[in-house]
Amino acid sequence: MCAVRGLTKTYPATRGRRGVPGTPEVRANDAVGLEVRRGEIFGLLGPNGAGKTTLVRQLTGLMRPDDGTVEILGHDIVRHPERASRILAYLGQESTALDELTVALAAETTGRLRGLEVRQARAERDAVLEELGLTALASRPLKKLSGGQRRLACFATALVGERPLLVLDEPTSGMDPVARRAVWAAVDRRRAESGTTVLLVTHNVIEAETVLDRVAVLDNGRVIACDTPAGLKEQVAGEVRVELVWREKAPLDMPEVAALRPRAVESGRRWSLRLAPEEARAVVATVTGGAAFVALDDFTLATPSLEDVYLALGGSAGSAQGLVKG
Amino acid sequence: MSVVPAEVLPGSVLAVEERVKRGAAELGPRARLWPALCAVYRAQLSRARVARIPLLFVATFQSIGIMILMRGVVDGGAEARAVVAGSSVLVVAFVALNLLAQYFGQLRSSGGLDHYATLPVPPAAVVLGAAGAYASFTVPGTVVTAVFGCVLFGLPLAHLWVLALVIPLAGAALAGLGAALGLLAPRPELATVLGQLGMSAALLLGVLPADRMPGLIQFARDLLPSTYGVEAFARTFGPNPDWAFVLGDLAVCAGVGVVSLAVATWAYRRAAVR
Repeated sequence: MCAVRGLTKTYPATRGRRGVPGTPEVRANDAVGLEVRRGEIFGLLGPNGAGKTTLVRQLTGLMRPDDGTVEILGHDIVRHPERASRILAYLGQESTALDELTVALAAETTGRLRGLEVRQARAERDAVLEELGLTALASRPLKKLSGGQRRLACFATALVGERPLLVLDEPTSGMDPVARRAVWAAVDRRRAESGTTVLLVTHNVIEAETVLDRVAVLDNGRVIACDTPAGLKEQVAGEVRVELVWREKAPLDMPEVAALRPRAVESGRRWSLRLAPEEARAVVATVTGGAAFVALDDFTLATPSLEDVYLALGGSAGSAQGLVKG
Repeated sequence: MSVVPAEVLPGSVLAVEERVKRGAAELGPRARLWPALCAVYRAQLSRARVARIPLLFVATFQSIGIMILMRGVVDGGAEARAVVAGSSVLVVAFVALNLLAQYFGQLRSSGGLDHYATLPVPPAAVVLGAAGAYASFTVPGTVVTAVFGCVLFGLPLAHLWVLALVIPLAGAALAGLGAALGLLAPRPELATVLGQLGMSAALLLGVLPADRMPGLIQFARDLLPSTYGVEAFARTFGPNPDWAFVLGDLAVCAGVGVVSLAVATWAYRRAAVR
């Protein structure tokens, strides 16, 4: 369906100007290889700056790679970038081109620019707005809507004029649960009815775990893992995550707590530890049983998430906050 | 939340990697130039309700204010004609050149061009649709300014119909210039500055009577496309307008319009794929 091989993109170094320091050369994608199959929801997961958006821009023909090939449904997108727009629908992160239009006109215009006749564009507009629950907002300009509603309206424009591949860059950011459900229901319907493939860029680990068939984890421009979410989690299946939240600060005067510190990832009052199950049990017994319990505000024991997988794979140090849980 | 397992999908080939290269899939339809242009034009025109009308008021009041100020300086005749024509075309310059340059500058820097660039639409449709809409925004302001100026300076209203040619042709030239500036400027602030400068030039070189200017400024005046719109319009206030010259001036506007819109289309292509 969509095959990417050896895709490489380097942003040249910029020279510093007055008040603006120069930036060194950045290799945003480094020999990226992927194979997306027909009908799957394929995710690109990674922290900010991992190269997800750069990769997507090359797949959609918006950017020329320095090296490598992109083939979508048998078409060479590097050689013929203009064909991408006739194969896929792209939902980018920006809505500035549509902001001042009403929801209905944004959907209709996008459909017409996707080559639909007027009548067909209007019929599809009405059907998509109804499907996503946007009919009541149809005559409101996008910029008067809340962030989540605007995102949903932009998603609607991506669905008018059906395409076999949807490339969605963080489609549900800022949405409430009802809107998210509408998005995934619409995606599922298109997969079931016409085998639509979805390439999804996401930050959201929980969403990634629930909706994706397969996921590629990107870090520093490279694919560091690619498997089903369950398959990836098996790599760290032997471990349990313990989260400790201290009331004010950790009671480091207690030797058993101090001993845990080197293994914990600290963020403020929160400690996060990945441990073998029996170790975890011992730690929980220690902190809940003894004097440490007084200093403890909350604790959780959890099976590993994709976030833990990412950390276990050796994702760049300190970049874990790029992956938002929840 | 996804409830359809990938394995049960129709035509599913998930188990086998798609190593075998099959015939390339059929491409979706391409948007043709005219329908796409009309769709962009209509969408842009609808933005006027939200954002452009207040600015158009500013443009009109600015031109009317200038005419009232100049009333104390010029005393009828050729100078009055130049002031009225210049002020009317200034409305076109304000909206088509200045505002369009700002619009494309912002669209480009914010990534809004991606929306159009990932649709199968001819670049010319996007540029011409937007330029046409901005030229249309100027119609009410230009007509109001021209009528007010004629009444103020006691000029004949008989040949105001020529605005039906002046607005689209001067509009094409100035909107093309505005779009090209907005799409070529490396930063949006620069696009704004260039748009403002273009409008200031149209104001100074178009409204102020040319005869009192030094040679260098007269030369700059000849380079500015709005000048030809002003001259064409000013000629029609005379008792016996020389229509050959009017048409000649308008032909220059049309020529500049074709070239600048072609440059803007090229600039759009360049800005859309980086």
